[in-house]
Amino acid sequence: MEILYIVGFAFVVTVFAVLLRETRPEIALLLALGFGVLIFIMVLSKMGDIITVFRDLTHKAGIDDFYFITLLKILGIAYIAEFGAQICRDAGEGTIASKIEMAGKVLILLLALPILTAVLEVVVRLLP
Amino acid sequence: MDVNLIFQIAGLGILISVLNIILKQADKEEQAQMLTLAGVVVVLIMVVRLINDLFNMVRSVFHLF
Repeated sequence: MEILYIVGFAFVVTVFAVLLRETRPEIALLLALGFGVLIFIMVLSKMGDIITVFRDLTHKAGIDDFYFITLLKILGIAYIAEFGAQICRDAGEGTIASKIEMAGKVLILLLALPILTAVLEVVVRLLP
Repeated sequence: MDVNLIFQIAGLGILISVLNIILKQADKEEQAQMLTLAGVVVVLIMVVRLINDLFNMVRSVFHLF
């Protein structure tokens, strides 16, 4: 039961963060950041297995690998942008957080463009 | 999962708070300020290393380059 481990660890970190927030808010922020990174690393190592399964399914379905990799890239950008924005928002910097989110959206749109053009090409080919 | 790093950060924060109070009592405001700065930088270096690990991992898992 890994979730019990994570929740217990989170409680301990929360106590420390509350303790530090009054005197040293900057260290409390870094503590939360470090905790977030640790949890993220742990979840990502599980994510690798999930992605392997999905890759196999994509191969079996005969879909071009390019689309799957683009999807993965979009997922990665979304995760990182969300993570950074949350940390910034936690520190009370909502403006910086929304800038991170905007950059993430633009980058995702950039990556999604080839897929969009492929869909449009298919539509054009179907039309007489 | 490297739990030790989190406890190191928390311990460092508490230690710096205590030292800061002592320095303030001894009328050494500037040194207390410097101590705070040094503590933040040390913790920041630790966290930045951790973030480097994270980003490398994200890059390898999601095929970002």
